Amino acid sequence: MSDDVIATKKLKREILVRLIRAFMSDNFAENVRLIPYAMRPKGSEVPFRCCIYKERAILRSRTIAGLGFAMEDDDEATLLSDFAIKALERKTPEPEPLTVLQNACQGCPSSRVFVTELCQNCVAKPCMNACRFEAISQVKGRSMIDADKCKKCGLCMAACPYHAIVKTIVPCEEACPVGAIAKGEDGAAYIDKDKCISCGKCVSACPFGAPHAKSQVIDVLAQIKSGKKVIAMFAPALIGHLPCTAAQMRDAFKKIGFYDAYEVAQGADVTATTEAKDFAERLNEGAEFMTTSCCAAYNEFVKKHLPEIKPYVSDAKTPLYYTAEIVKKEHPDAVSVFISPCFAKRKEVLDNQNVNYVLNFEELGAILIALGIEVDTCQEQDFVYHSSKEAREFPLSGGVARSVQAAWRGSPDAIRPCVINGLNKATVKELKSYAKTGKCAGGNLVEVMCCEGGCIAGNAGLNTIKMALKKVSDYAANGDSLKDR
Amino acid sequence: MKPIKIEICLGTTCFVMGGETLQNMGDMLKKKYGAKIEVEAVRCLEVCSSDNFSKAPYARVDGEVIGEASLEKVQAVIEKKLNHE
Repeated sequence: MSDDVIATKKLKREILVRLIRAFMSDNFAENVRLIPYAMRPKGSEVPFRCCIYKERAILRSRTIAGLGFAMEDDDEATLLSDFAIKALERKTPEPEPLTVLQNACQGCPSSRVFVTELCQNCVAKPCMNACRFEAISQVKGRSMIDADKCKKCGLCMAACPYHAIVKTIVPCEEACPVGAIAKGEDGAAYIDKDKCISCGKCVSACPFGAPHAKSQVIDVLAQIKSGKKVIAMFAPALIGHLPCTAAQMRDAFKKIGFYDAYEVAQGADVTATTEAKDFAERLNEGAEFMTTSCCAAYNEFVKKHLPEIKPYVSDAKTPLYYTAEIVKKEHPDAVSVFISPCFAKRKEVLDNQNVNYVLNFEELGAILIALGIEVDTCQEQDFVYHSSKEAREFPLSGGVARSVQAAWRGSPDAIRPCVINGLNKATVKELKSYAKTGKCAGGNLVEVMCCEGGCIAGNAGLNTIKMALKKVSDYAANGDSLKDR
Repeated sequence: MKPIKIEICLGTTCFVMGGETLQNMGDMLKKKYGAKIEVEAVRCLEVCSSDNFSKAPYARVDGEVIGEASLEKVQAVIEKKLNHE
């Protein structure tokens, strides 16, 4: 990850910490109003934008998103303090997890392919020969691309022996696997919510930090403050993203004010066994392949972009679904909060009565900072249920397929996993071909994860993927296998 | 010569504010400077309270606190110290 992206992440986290501290103070609304001024006081340096006023305006927008609102809700005249009060009055959080801060958006130049001055005006003209659209001509001793004819296929770029032809990109557009974010007439980026699968790849890709999560952090803290029994259900990826053990995490949640915490790995064991049974039935009925069903962004993708593949998606519910069911049974009166590595889970829980809120890892990290909780000094509090090795590895690419294999009671040769490690324009094409032909050459159990690397690489993560992978794997090594259960 | 003491904070605040990039810093510095330095991972340098949390992650080189610490920044301080002595 590059440093400029880290800088935008730090800004977002700093605002969350300040929001939470404002919430804990005795004057929430006023202290929220002051956030942009506290971060850029009179006479302070202007690290990023043209002037201090623009910096404050963007910090104000980030604060609005931190309070859970979309930029469309902002008329620019409403005071931050009024937004803070509105956030407290909100009964149910908004359905869309993402918004774009148009004032933070650079309005990057549109993506195009063009010939640089490295062009040697060679005799062979491989670029012209490669172009299938007659978009390249010779102007003033150099190749030139007619933007109206160019389809941005990149064949000329590959053909040029001097690497003289480049493609400029708009990072958010490039990152989006489904074409849901694009520049509007004013040049700034907008999300088409009918297409968006809430994966958050645009959030990670934008070096200006314009796409932004609409947080539920105030909603959750208000539930805790009101004295309700609030229970955290944390994704198994969390172990990779904080410097402590799972058992210490349970204590940390209690220190925050949660009544208790459950590992969502508990539900992952149910998903794995259910999915193995589902797969066995499908194979008996002659199915060519089945895809997994636990990635929320993939499920959104299926719903919005590839309903044809739905018959091939496993009917097993997600680990969160089963965990929330268990929590509801054991604590019918509780408010439940999923702790998520990504934004897409917000969409999944919309039609699940058993999950009330979703916090992501960054928001949890901000709460820990604001409350001064050192996670590695927290007590080890063992869980009642011990999740399996495979459930703990659910958030790794390949981990879901391995867990289905471990829960599989048929012939081991019957399962041939095919791992789709990350949704992008290429893998989307692949999935479309599986749906169209009803066949998958790569295997019969297709594991789909939207993020490359799995949920440990979720777009709201705190740790590097490499270190997160190590921590999750170490924790998994201490679990017993589903094979032996 | 007494080795230069490097303390790297791996407390929660530093970790969340970007300290993830510091986890390997100790090993990398040790590889480069060997016995000239002494590296210690510490839980908290007690500088991140109040508003200073935004300058996390922190490191300390012979008592000198470095905010928004990075490998490059820490290395620059080490080099300065080595060249002075």
